[in-house]
Amino acid sequence: MAYQISLNGKPERVEEGLTVAQLLEAKGVNPVRVAVELNRRILRREEYTSTRLGEGDVVEVVTFVGGG
Amino acid sequence: MDDKLVIAGKGFRSRLFLGTGKYRNYEEMNAAFEAAGAEIITVALRRLDLSDPGKKTLLDEIDWSRYTILPNTAGCRTADEAVRTAQLARAMGLSNWIKLEVIPDPVYLLPDPIGTLEAAKRLVDEGFVVLPYINDDPVLARRLEEVGCATVMPLASPIGSGQGMVNFEQIKIIVEQSKVPVVVDAGLGAPSDAALAMEIGASACLVNTAVALAKNPALMAEAMRLGIEAGRKAFLAGRIPKKAYGSASSPTEGVVR
Repeated sequence: MAYQISLNGKPERVEEGLTVAQLLEAKGVNPVRVAVELNRRILRREEYTSTRLGEGDVVEVVTFVGGG
Repeated sequence: MDDKLVIAGKGFRSRLFLGTGKYRNYEEMNAAFEAAGAEIITVALRRLDLSDPGKKTLLDEIDWSRYTILPNTAGCRTADEAVRTAQLARAMGLSNWIKLEVIPDPVYLLPDPIGTLEAAKRLVDEGFVVLPYINDDPVLARRLEEVGCATVMPLASPIGSGQGMVNFEQIKIIVEQSKVPVVVDAGLGAPSDAALAMEIGASACLVNTAVALAKNPALMAEAMRLGIEAGRKAFLAGRIPKKAYGSASSPTEGVVR
């Protein structure tokens, strides 16, 4: 079974039971270079491996860019 | 001369903050940091580009151990958005400092004083070191200081405009009244603008566009540093008051006629 989530504002299909850590890995994201918010709650990095995604979850993956 | 800038208990030799936006490439940006002797640099927070997550980013190109990172809340239009962005920026694990920007106006990029004060209170309560970006409003500056902001950052003129200090007298009042450092931010176009801000007693300046978009960013960064050093020294030295009439520098007696 697959779930529909929102990832950085775009719809994404993920397998049931997928963790945040696995999602980042699948997307090729280095976890120490980002911050992750799940349903408006910021996840601590230690939580990535224990947090499983579910139907309708809203995930934001952010990083620093140039700015003034 | 030991003349350190102290923000939230942390001492700095440099009084020039640099932004990291708009540079043509990372090489020019790092050369500018070097030439400026910058110790505090600002960054923005955005969604990671997941179509190309392996692409080199700012985080790969800067030696983070060398600088105090000042994330901003640029792009936030309300206090709520700014608080959320600040929390995400802190979760990046590099800094609990935040340059607070609440900007609903996309044309002049002028900050919302009410939203800024509200967000500042919440962020101070959450343990952030808050450096709010504000209009040149002395009353707002005091209110922000009262709620525990680490500095106030009045604009010289709109962001990226390069107009220099358009409201000199207001900035002077803010400097006179503030116990926290006053960092003149936004709109500085040339070293003379920065020097003038420092001459009237600003504690530091933040420059981005004027350096990043100069033909030679490193050379402009050096020029800005020198302008700031000159202005600071002039402030400490104490400039003479302006007078309406001339007064001769040479003796008026003993002239051969």
